Amino acid sequence: MLDINHIAKTFNPGTITEKLALSDADLHLAEGDFVTIIGGNGAGKSTMLNAVAGVFPIDQGSIVIDGQNVTGLPEYKRASFLGRVFQDPMTGTAATMSIEDNMALALRRGQRRSPLKWGITSKERRMYRDQLKRLGLGLEDRMNARVGLLSGGQRQALTLLMATLQKPKLLLLDEHTAALDPKTATKVLHLTRELIRDQHLTALMVTHNMKDALQYGNRIIMMHEGKVIVDVDRETKMNLRVEDLLNMFEHTSGSQLNNDRMLLS
Amino acid sequence: MDIAKLLNAFPGAVSQGIIWGLMAIGVYITYRILDVADLTVDGSMATGGAVAAVMITAGYNPWLAVIVAFLVGMLAGLVTGLFHTTMGIPAILAGILTQLALYSINLRIMDGKANTAVNVNKYHVLVTSRNVRQFSVSNPIILTLILTAVLIALLYFFFNTEYGCALRATGANGAMARAQGINTNVAKVIGLMLSNGIVAFSGAMLTQYQGFADVQMARGAIVIGLAAVIIGEVVFGKLLKSFAGKLVCVSLGAIIYYLVMQIVLWLGLNTNDLKMLTAIVVAIFLAVPHWKQQAQTRLHVRRKGGE
Ligand SMILES: Nc1ncnc2c1ncn2[C@@H]1O[C@H](COP(=O)(O)OP(=O)(O)OP(=O)(O)O)[C@@H](O)[C@H]1O
Ligand SMILES: [Mg+2]
Repeated sequence: MLDINHIAKTFNPGTITEKLALSDADLHLAEGDFVTIIGGNGAGKSTMLNAVAGVFPIDQGSIVIDGQNVTGLPEYKRASFLGRVFQDPMTGTAATMSIEDNMALALRRGQRRSPLKWGITSKERRMYRDQLKRLGLGLEDRMNARVGLLSGGQRQALTLLMATLQKPKLLLLDEHTAALDPKTATKVLHLTRELIRDQHLTALMVTHNMKDALQYGNRIIMMHEGKVIVDVDRETKMNLRVEDLLNMFEHTSGSQLNNDRMLLS
Repeated sequence: MDIAKLLNAFPGAVSQGIIWGLMAIGVYITYRILDVADLTVDGSMATGGAVAAVMITAGYNPWLAVIVAFLVGMLAGLVTGLFHTTMGIPAILAGILTQLALYSINLRIMDGKANTAVNVNKYHVLVTSRNVRQFSVSNPIILTLILTAVLIALLYFFFNTEYGCALRATGANGAMARAQGINTNVAKVIGLMLSNGIVAFSGAMLTQYQGFADVQMARGAIVIGLAAVIIGEVVFGKLLKSFAGKLVCVSLGAIIYYLVMQIVLWLGLNTNDLKMLTAIVVAIFLAVPHWKQQAQTRLHVRRKGGE
């Protein structure tokens, strides 16, 4: 479903702030894979997800989604393949627009938007209401409320729903629970798993929580200095503990896993 | 001080306010919806005026002149949009560049003259200040009010369509809009075109109303537009919350602005000082939300510290 073929990315080349963020990163996902990603600060996790989303052009390699080479496509054109949830709850939604407006925007992801057709229909509204109900947050009764009034957890849950309203070929989750309190984070993670399971989605999820990395998904990869250095398959992952993961990382990278937000327990 | 003199000036202030309200609605589209401060308007409003003056004095139908003014205004917006998106120039600077270029273009449109008169006795015009105190359908207030209502209705429709929602999303959160597959560059260009079309349309109406076009006629227009937007929000924002309501607020804001200007003139202020007064008022109103936020933060910190 996703082929990241030996991609490289250097930010600000030729300046003193030059930074090699990805060097020869390679990763292949089969349909239905739910891969969790861990790695230290600055390992290149976000950069790899952003490269897939097309936030910036890459220097080398290619990215293929479901057989289509998207390497040269701008971000807005790749959107039809991708559902995305970001670390900052502010990023995924339009704060000044209503819940239903946000959902209507997401429902039309990757489609031509007409200047003559109404932006939201009453039939859709009923569907949004049903979808919001399953979140159990009471948002179905506040569909006209501005998203800016919602809490971080509510916004992330809504963003998740929006990302899957139109089934994406690939779901990109970049530490989407990092800004939430532990209880809310767990709720949002459960919702994530449920949505991925129900729609048989292929997903990449960056997390700083080792336990979550083990608990969710069917594969774990570790990144270090812009490369994918460890790739753990379903079988191995099932019997793994956090210590094993840390040992694996140290063994392969030759250094300690160093992430200031990392939760080991 | 003669109160009758002030009251006598009110109808003129109201119709001027309505015409500038059209312009302010254009500013609202860029400033509030797209979240860019577009300075093109100082040029494009005069362009609209110049186009209308030249066409009407050449014998064209005034409605046609107004439509062409709108289209030329859209072109001005297109230029600013391309400066900003394809050439990567910051929006403010892109607007200033177009505005500067338009000064030359406006002179060319008016055949090198800084001023073109549109004599009401000689040409057919849609509105004129001459009828401002008449109780008849030729009173400019009536037609300008109808045009404002039609414009608001059209914009209400457009901004609720699929593409209109995409435009709003572009202004609200560009990263989110792109993640939803919206080409935010194109959306910005279209928003700038729409805005400057409306602004030029307003300039075309103003030229007819005052009976001339002048290259300087819209100097500082952006500030008057912002004043209208802000006054409208402060005075009526709590009452009118829907999208159409907000546009009505803008128009009302422009009317209040012109009434207040009449009053300060009547109180003895020099006409030449009006622009400075406007700038100060807008600066203060722009600062208010900032100050409010600072005060809130301080309050918050103090409360936390007291715990
Ligand atoms: N837009 C950018 N411009 C310049 N440098 C960048 C940019 N984005 C990322 N970098 C740099 O690239 C490196 C990789 O960053 P990235 O955000 O991918 O790390 P990460 O693995 O997501 O780390 P974290 O766990 O802290 O989120 C870092 O050194 C970062 O400073
Ligand atoms: Mg990151």
